[in-house]
Order: sequence, then C-alpha cells, then structure tokens
Amino acid sequence: MSDAKPTSPTWHAAKWNEPLIMELSEADERGIVPPAADAAIAAAVGDVLADLPDSIRRKGVPELPEVPQHRVVRHFTRLSQMCLGMDVAVDMMGTCTMKYSPKMHDHVSRQPNFSDLHPLQGEETMQGLLEVMYRFNRMMCNIAGMDEFTFQPASGAQGIYTNACLIRAYRESRGELGQRDEIITTAFSHPADAATPHVAGFKVITLMPGEMGYAGVDALKAAISDRTAGLMLTNPEDTGQYNPAIEEFVRLVHEAGGLCAYDQANGNPLLGVTRAGDAGFDMCQFNLHKTFSAPHAGIGMGCAAVGVKEHLRQFLPKPVITFDGERYHLEDDRPEAIDKIRSFVGNVHAVLKAYCWVMSLGAEGLRAVAETAVLNNNYMLARIREIDGVRIPWPKNDLPKLEQVRYSWEPLFEETGVSTFEIKDRMVDYGVQHYMESHVPMLVPQPFTIEPGESLTIEEMDQMIGALASIAAEARSEPDTIRTGPHNAAISRVDEDIPHDPDGWAFTWKAMQRKKAYWTSDNRNKIDRSHGGY
Amino acid sequence: MTDQDGFIHPYVPNAAPGPRKRLLDAVGLASVKDLYASIPENLQFKGGLDLPASMPGEYDLRRHVEDILSANKSTRDFLNFRGAGCWQHFIPAICDEIVHRGEFLTSYAGGTYSDHGKNQAIFEYQSMLGELVGMEVVTPPTYDWGAAADSAVAACGRLTGRRGVLVPELMSPERLSQMRGFTKPHADIRTVRQDPATGLLDLDDLVAKLGDDIGAVYFENPAYIGTIETQGAAISEAARSAGALVVVGVDPISLGVLAPPGDYGADFVVGDLQPLGIHMFAGGGCAGFTACRDEARFVAELPTTLVSATPTKVDGEIGFAWSTMERTAYDTRHEATDYYGTTQWLWGIGAAVYLSLLGPKGMVEIGEGVMQRSRYAAGRLGGIAGLSVLQADTPMFKEFVVSFEGAGKSVAEVNAALMKQDIVGGHDLSTEFSALGQAMLVCVTEVHSKGDIDALVDAVQEAVQ
Repeated sequence: MSDAKPTSPTWHAAKWNEPLIMELSEADERGIVPPAADAAIAAAVGDVLADLPDSIRRKGVPELPEVPQHRVVRHFTRLSQMCLGMDVAVDMMGTCTMKYSPKMHDHVSRQPNFSDLHPLQGEETMQGLLEVMYRFNRMMCNIAGMDEFTFQPASGAQGIYTNACLIRAYRESRGELGQRDEIITTAFSHPADAATPHVAGFKVITLMPGEMGYAGVDALKAAISDRTAGLMLTNPEDTGQYNPAIEEFVRLVHEAGGLCAYDQANGNPLLGVTRAGDAGFDMCQFNLHKTFSAPHAGIGMGCAAVGVKEHLRQFLPKPVITFDGERYHLEDDRPEAIDKIRSFVGNVHAVLKAYCWVMSLGAEGLRAVAETAVLNNNYMLARIREIDGVRIPWPKNDLPKLEQVRYSWEPLFEETGVSTFEIKDRMVDYGVQHYMESHVPMLVPQPFTIEPGESLTIEEMDQMIGALASIAAEARSEPDTIRTGPHNAAISRVDEDIPHDPDGWAFTWKAMQRKKAYWTSDNRNKIDRSHGGY
Repeated sequence: MTDQDGFIHPYVPNAAPGPRKRLLDAVGLASVKDLYASIPENLQFKGGLDLPASMPGEYDLRRHVEDILSANKSTRDFLNFRGAGCWQHFIPAICDEIVHRGEFLTSYAGGTYSDHGKNQAIFEYQSMLGELVGMEVVTPPTYDWGAAADSAVAACGRLTGRRGVLVPELMSPERLSQMRGFTKPHADIRTVRQDPATGLLDLDDLVAKLGDDIGAVYFENPAYIGTIETQGAAISEAARSAGALVVVGVDPISLGVLAPPGDYGADFVVGDLQPLGIHMFAGGGCAGFTACRDEARFVAELPTTLVSATPTKVDGEIGFAWSTMERTAYDTRHEATDYYGTTQWLWGIGAAVYLSLLGPKGMVEIGEGVMQRSRYAAGRLGGIAGLSVLQADTPMFKEFVVSFEGAGKSVAEVNAALMKQDIVGGHDLSTEFSALGQAMLVCVTEVHSKGDIDALVDAVQEAVQ
C-alpha cells in the first residue's frame, strides 16, 4: 500500500492563458468553408435573401469570431486540457458515481450506423438500435426486478420527474388526483425527489433524519394520510447510508394506497445485491451516465432508465420498443401514455454504452462492481476518519456505509476557521477533482461527500486521502495558503461576488463588454451569498 | 465470487484478489459481505442475476455489438430528406475531434478552477449563440428544444401571474406533448390558427385569443412546417399590448440570414443546438437552449445553471463561475417551480466549436445555401403533376410541405416507393394534422447536392405515376 502522508502539491494544471475565442478574431479569416449550392441551383432560384421581407432579414452579419482552422483546434484543445475529466484526474465527487467510461463503447457509438441515424427514418432501418434497446430493457428488468423500462429521460432529474408524472397518471386514471395530492420524500434524498413532484403539481412532505442519519418509520407514519399519492426517495441516501426499514416504508405507503418510486441514482453499490422490485417498489430509475458507465459528458448527455411494474406499464411515455419474435417495433399506440418527456427516444448513445458495459461484466461482474465500490468507500472512510479535524456524522449508526460518505470538517473549522468550501477550492492544487460538499439542506455542518466508485486503484485513492490530509494540516500551519488558493490551477482566485450581482454578472461576451467597467468600480453592490451550495 | 478469488476484470481493479484482501485488511473485515450489514437479509438478492454470458474481451464484445448494429442503415447509406425536429447537416471533423476529447467527455460537475476550460467553452457557446439570437443571457444546454420551450412558457406564467399559453396550431406534436405534460398543473395551452395559404400566424385569431389570462405567446421561426414567420414584430406587439410575454423558438442555423428574435420583440428565445455540428444519434443529438434579455427578473426564472464570466485577482484574467444557484431546484427543493439536472453540455461545446469555425461568413453562406436548395427542391417537386407545395409563396427555411392529395397517393405509399431506391422521403404529416391531408414535410439542407435533389424528384415522379 502506498504512502498517504501529507505532501506538498508539486502538480500544476495546464495554464494556457487562453483568450476567449472572440478575442482571437481577425477580419476575413475562415475556419471552414460550408458546402455551397450548385451553380445551377443558385441560378435557378435567384436571390433568396433579397426575397426575404425586411421584417425578417438579418441586418448585417452576426458578430461571430473569424479564426483560422488550426487556431480553432488549438483553442479548444487547450481548453480541454484545462478540464479535469475522469480520464485525467481522480474524481470522487459524491452522488456523481464517477467511474471509467470504456473507450471502445464510445468508439462504437461514433460509427455512422449509430451516430448518423435519423430518429424518424423508420423502424425497418433501425433494427440494430432497437435490438440494443430491447435487449438492454430486458437486462434492466432483471437487474431492478421490474417489468418494463423506458430510456427516454435525459438525466436523473428527468427520470425522477418521469416517476412523478407516472404517479400523476396513475392517480388520474383512478379519478383520485384531486384527493391524493401529496408526495413524501426524505431530506437526504436527491433534491429532485422533492422538486420534480412539486413541478408535477403535488405537495411535498420532507421527512427529516433521526439519530441514525435517516428518517424513521414513526416519521413516515406521521406523514402518511389519505392524501398520500406516493413515496419518492433515494436509498442509500446521499449520505451513503442505507435505510434498513425500506421494506416497512414501502408496506406502509402501499397500505395507505400510495405508490413507491425508488430513485436509484445511488444504485452502484446495489447491483446484484438487492433489487427495487423485491423491496416492493412500483417504479424506479437508474442513471446510465453514472452507475452504468456512460460518460458524464461535461454535465450530460445523460440518460435515466425508468422501470415500472406491470400495473404502470401502460403509462410509460411513447414509444415503447416491442419485439414480435422477428422484428423490433416502435410502439406508438398507447392511449394511456404520459406526455413526451424528451423528444424521440432519448439519449440512445448512453443506452448503447450501458449495454456494452453490462455485457462486458455480466452478472458476476456487476456484483463485483457493487462490492468493490462499497469496499473502496469503506477504505476511504477508514483513512479519512484518521484525519484530525474530520467528524463522521451520526455516531450511533455504526453500520458500514455503502458507496459514499457524508463527512464533516466541523472540528477543523472550529479550530482553524477554514471552511469546507475553501478546502474544496484548494483540492485542485493537488491535481485531484474537488469533492461535492452536500446538497441542500446542508444539515451536516461543514459537509463534504466522497464517493470513490469501483474504477480507481489503491494508489489513486491514497492520492485523494493524501490531498485531504495535507490540506487539513495546512489549515493549521498556513491557512492563508488555502484562502488565497488555488495556486496551481489554470486560473487564479476569482471574484466570487460578480456572478451573483445583476450589475456584474455576464453570461455572454456582449454583456461582459458592457459590464467590465463595473467590475472594477468602487460602487459595487453588496452581495449576499449565504444561501449555501448547490 | 468469493473474497479469496475476487473477480478479475479490466474495469474493476480492486476486485482482484490481491487489492481486495489488502482493502479488507485495512478496514478490518473478514468478508465483503459484512459491508452489507445495513441491508436486511431478506432483501439481499440470492443467486446471480439472469443476464447473458459476459464478454470481458473487448474484441468479442465489439464484434457482438457491431453485428447487432449492422442491421442499421444510416443517413450515410441512403439519401435522407426527413427532418421534423432533428436534421441532417454537415458536421466539421473538428466538432467530433473536440467533443471526444477525454478531458471534456469524462468531466462532470467540476467547478471554477478544476474545469476552467469546459466553463470557458460553455461561456463561448453562450456568447456566440447570444449574438445569433440577439440576447445577452443564454443558458448552458438544456435537454432539448421542447424542454427549453416548456421552461420558458412556464416562466412567463410566473412573471405575469397568468395561466394561458398560446401556441401555433401546426406545432410539432412531440414538442406540444412535452409542453402539455410539463405545464399541466400550471397552465392552459390554446392553439392559434395558422393561415393555410401562408402558414403564417392568423393575427386576427391571435388578437381574439389574447385575453387577460394569457401570459405567454409562443411561436417558431421557422415554423414546424418550414415557413418563415414574417410577422414577428406584429405578434410581439399584440402580445405586449395584451400584457403577455413572447417566447420564440428558433433553428439557430437559420440565424446567419434571419433576424435575431431579440430584434422583433422576443422576451425568451429557445431552440435546439443539434443543427450546429452535432450528429443526430437518432435524436440523442438534440440539446436545447434558452436565452433572454439581461434583466434580473427574467434571470430569476431560469431553472438551469448559468455560467458567468468574472475577473480574477490577476489583472486581465477571466474566470467563470456558476451564478445564483438559489434559483434552481437544487436549492428550492419542495418549492421548486422547475427542475433540471445533468443536461446536454457536451453538445454546447460542439456548438461552440461549430460557430467558431463557421464564423459570420459561414453562417450567412450556410443559411443562404439551405434556402437555395430548399426552394429549388420545392419548385421541382411542386412541378410534378398532381403535387403542390403548400404555402409556396411564403419564404421557407429548410423544410416545406408537399401535398399528394392531387396525385391520389398517400405519403406512406410514396415513402415506401422511395425507400426501395434508398431514399428516405419527408416526414408524414397526415397522421399529425389530418386537415393537411396527405402532406409530406420535406427537409433539404446544405448536405444535398443538385444531383441528390434531382434523384428525389425523379423517384417521387415515378412513385406517383
């Protein structure tokens, strides 16, 4: 085992001082020449632009940059080098399930017979795509203990939203939407479990955690009523703690007439270990860009696999892929289907990659993934626990954590005044991706959440432990180094008020030009940034 | 798998017996099974999942999946004239090169310092798209055009306190379905007539329906049926005088030649990035965007991350940071009015590369080239006996509607005949809008040569004879 003692950062990010692409513009340069219309067409149709009414014809040309081709390549290649993707740096961001996204799977998805399919070209010419989606559907049914899946939602949040819409459709079909209008969730479930049912029109009740770190059966009983439409929660929650009463939760909600939706965004430790369907859930969702290795793609393209039991099948959004023994079909004749969630059939490239990943690993491999993610996490826990200044919340709960842990820097903060947010920014100086602090509400003081996943080696895990231990030591010996950091990153410390100040924020180059003088003015607004994190 | 034997696979290093033992020793446990003590025994799955035999060898797996995919025929194998929400365009090699950089492809939620380059690329996409649409606020990519439109009309409802949303009657049914579902608890959607002869919004019908309960007027440019809405300013003026806000959906590839919606009164502009250098991926290439004026009251209603430029402590250096996350469902939770999560950022980077390459001249040329080809194709198809181009006198962009009513053929029959010649004809509108009869939405872009269009015309001629 390698040494994880505190070290000084010797790493440095690529720092290209790369200008904005707009600043590289030089009149009359060309990056590429688009295909021109044949001369015969141009001659036949006349001046199409002159025929446009003034009301709709663009005056002048758009002020886009004019940059020669190689400079565009160099520009964006340099930008890519200033980005700590999983391919280049250890990333253990909690709740994100960062893992290796196999290259071969991506290469297959880039082939024209996959990337250049038109969604409406007809099922007869998309049999390969439909077969992959159909096969993967059957696999997911087995993995989750469900009867049918859709891959239409483009993210975990959209998958959870789909669950909320399924509950709404079920209630409507029984004529009880007006009466059953409450969804129950928990404080440590992903924010989308509270947000999306509200967007779908439900009132949302949030159960708070007890001394074990998760909501107890009594809290649930107090929330259940004849208004209960359903339960939507994560388990293990974003704290990495599995609620052992989950079956009781499902039973109580079912007895009260509610449906149960299992957000399995944190499903990585459960593959082949326990199944949503076996715990009685009516529906669930997995993130293919997390647990199933499709790349996170810089914040997407993602994909949620939403699975349902038989009694909810008719509500799945159109189209559903069916197989008649010879051919695959896009089944559109679904009168009870909920409205479209995403256009066409979703992010199919994520489905292809997830299919490849499951095929590569098989049943035993999925179980190995789950066990290793849990083992790695408990190794991280054992080592991080030793760092002076770290506290593990809910000491009464001595059960092993699953795939992640929500830690607290509270002792270190009380001793040194250095916060979890400052430590997060310093992490990049050690060549690792920063951690995720916590979703809102931040019930744990000075929180940080670490999820190592199954892809990393022990040496890589030790690199993260070493970075955290080093920064904790710095908080005592040289706190200003942390506060003025980062020092080895692609850029220096930014003005944190400007992005929150309507007079200063700039979401485009044009706005930035207009507001730059304000950035340096003496009369800036006072900005309250006390709302927390994300 | 036992603790002793482990499991050896290239993707799971610590499942191998050596590391597994070292880690178990470090945590002081005898078996990995002990780590699952929190899961009740009766919920623990017994036996193995019923999955196909694994293929740990990369070559075997690649052959297996490529064999399955060989049943696909793609738009590179045939001539494609189908659009309707996802369009075949020219894709510069550099777009592919950059979006497949591992640093971008495998990044996720890194911040100001760790993912600086990604944030800069997204800021550049926001900036260039803002120039095209005539707005100073642009969001990072959202899910798709439909989701962006949903969020925008819902924001209008909150801003005005009014439930009513007006949309064009010949809107994409898929997009309308998304909007109906999303706004169900909060809004009532009503359609505005489009003049069958011109495809333009019927202003009389619009004004008649602009009651004091209407919060949003949504229209598209070009319309779903390809016509260019030339009355943008009049529509916006009518909406504004009735106290409603205006949302315009656009195809950004048209905006080198068409006026930015900000110039004709849009409050929000939405659309899809897919035409800007993104492969179709059977619809997976879709990625929405939302833009608005730089006013705090509008920004407060945007549901997504926003990437702002900001100075650093080094003079002249620019960094990027997420802005005002308290707007979002991540903070508002059970009081959220909208949601988002992982969206389609990678395609925003692709769009940034595309617009950087095309530049002003390229965007004008590509817009003009699309219009030339679609007009040529419309003229030739309209010249076939029995066929007519609906709204032939209205300027069109990329798509137009051909009626087969006079030819006594259904679109389905024509498309079946075209397919025999490896041509994918236009989208069948007869199942979506019965009032249009046997109508086909034909899509022609810069990828089509004169020979391609002539081949389509010949094949259609043959099919209707």
